[in-house]
Amino acid sequence: MPTMTFAQAINSAHVVEMERDPNIYVAGEDVGVFGGCFGVTAGLLDQFGDKRVKDTTITESAIVGTAVGAASAGLRPVIELMFVDFIGVCLDQLYNQAGKMKYMFGGKAKIPLVVRAACGAGIGAAAQHSQCLEALFMHLPGLKVVIPSTPYDAKGLLIEAIRDDNPVVFLEHKVLYALEGEVPEEAYTIPFGQADIKREGSDVTVVATANMVHTALGAAEKLAGQGIGVEVIDPRTLYPLDMQTIIASVKKTHRLVILHEEVRFAGSGAEIAAQAAEEAFDYLDAPIMRVAAPFCPVPFSPPLEKAYIPSEESLIAAVKKVME
Amino acid sequence: MDLTNEQLVKMYTTMVKIRTFENRVAELFADGKIPGFVHLYVGEEAVATGVCANLTDKDFITSTHRGHGHLLAKGGDIKLMMAELFGKKTGYCKGKGGSMHIADLDLGIMGANGIVGGGPPLASGAALACQYLDNDGVAVCFFGDGASNQGTTHEAMNLAACWKLPVVFVNENNMYGISSCTLNSMCVPNVADRAAGYDIPGVVVDGNDVVAVYEAAAEAINRAHQGKGPSLIECKTYRHRGHFEGDPCAYREDAELDEWKEKDPIPRLEQKLLEMEILTQDKIDEIKAVLQKDLAAAEQFADQSPYPEVSELTTDVYS
Repeated sequence: MPTMTFAQAINSAHVVEMERDPNIYVAGEDVGVFGGCFGVTAGLLDQFGDKRVKDTTITESAIVGTAVGAASAGLRPVIELMFVDFIGVCLDQLYNQAGKMKYMFGGKAKIPLVVRAACGAGIGAAAQHSQCLEALFMHLPGLKVVIPSTPYDAKGLLIEAIRDDNPVVFLEHKVLYALEGEVPEEAYTIPFGQADIKREGSDVTVVATANMVHTALGAAEKLAGQGIGVEVIDPRTLYPLDMQTIIASVKKTHRLVILHEEVRFAGSGAEIAAQAAEEAFDYLDAPIMRVAAPFCPVPFSPPLEKAYIPSEESLIAAVKKVME
Repeated sequence: MDLTNEQLVKMYTTMVKIRTFENRVAELFADGKIPGFVHLYVGEEAVATGVCANLTDKDFITSTHRGHGHLLAKGGDIKLMMAELFGKKTGYCKGKGGSMHIADLDLGIMGANGIVGGGPPLASGAALACQYLDNDGVAVCFFGDGASNQGTTHEAMNLAACWKLPVVFVNENNMYGISSCTLNSMCVPNVADRAAGYDIPGVVVDGNDVVAVYEAAAEAINRAHQGKGPSLIECKTYRHRGHFEGDPCAYREDAELDEWKEKDPIPRLEQKLLEMEILTQDKIDEIKAVLQKDLAAAEQFADQSPYPEVSELTTDVYS
């Protein structure tokens, strides 16, 4: 099986789908000639031409707005939003239009739209280019929210997103782009709402997303050496959210720690924690804990940014607390 | 021209200060001393300089991601800027903002901005406050060719025109929004042509002629002071370096860059000042030497300043 980076896997998903369906088009700032700010769409313009791979002006509202109109009229747009932080500029198009048209129109609309966006901190890009905003999208009925952590997951989930007839927000943590993994050359899908157990264990369940999956795996390895077995679950999609896999795990381990790079307050972990408390209360031997970023914008200065991003150490401390 | 010799020399010095600062930032960035991204203003110095030479501390500017030039032209301190770029607690934003978010409200600098088109609505808001408080201040919005196509820019201009807000929209048309060229992103040849759509004056100036920029800005600012509302000034210019440091610029031709380097604003003014005998070569060398010394001191200050404490991570979120 070939090895691809996270970015290449996403590129491959574009290629196989665009070869299959002539109604798929790609649009975004610098996606064509430049190949995307993070190089994810490199080569697509050469292969598919500028009718299907559109370099746009800097106008998120119009990029997403025209995609919503085109999607409701029969095309399947795959839009790149350069940084998820820019969602504020075009959120109306996504949540008030794409997310609500089918409902408001009594079911008589179909919006097969994908909006891909780079998210996350760690490269000194500061407050307006480093956020994780999954919870924002989870909160908006009518949208689906996908957040892969590996190249294999990224390709399968993006193909699924492209084939889904709903507006899908596809979140790519920017520090993952160079991560390598085995990825099939051909098309394949991963269903939404299906979590992946990335590591089995019986002492504590850790639910993590995106880059934090790898932080959790690193911490799990260290904790194994101290006799603590950590089960790492990657939800892969936050809406729909596979609570069944998480609850089954909690019934086995009796302890739940949730790890995400989003701000802790009202982050995606809050939803998972609330649902787990509701459904598995009698199985818990300790309070549910969330390890996440503090409630402030992403800082610029390197030591501050490092302190902002949840670490293996902070996860290990939380695990030890629930093990007390 | 109405400019005094002193004003001309001041504008020359400001442009050289910006150029010197930006070139050094490029070196420091390449050396790994400045984290994140930097977007340098090299080549566009006349725009910030010519406009800001008309402004006082009670006037506001909004800037862009390519904001070092605006900040320095509006009176920004190079030590505090350098420290901010290094991420030190002595920087303008205590190290928490970085290149794209430097601001100093005491100087009326409402910040560089990481969102293209983020500035125009802020500038109209500042102009509204000046009008409401009747304090004779004006706001200047620097925005690029990329931002001229952004919905928020349209919205801000339209409202400013309707409410006759004292704001001047200064478009820095350097022809590129990263890789997207104005030839492909707009159907009118000039951003200023759109002024007609708001019934406000729109003029095109040679953005690399600091005196021309100064004069156009003076007229627009005067109009604002008279309560006649906003204006749009389009400055044709060019960035010598990439969109960001590290940009290979595969989307533009070397010949085009060479052509624009011939029109570099700094040698043009230098030549004029020498010809008019307002400056001698010795005086020019002295100006440059002083700027280099100041820059070295700024760099040392930034180097020796401490990083912010981790305990400061969540402070300054609220007033």
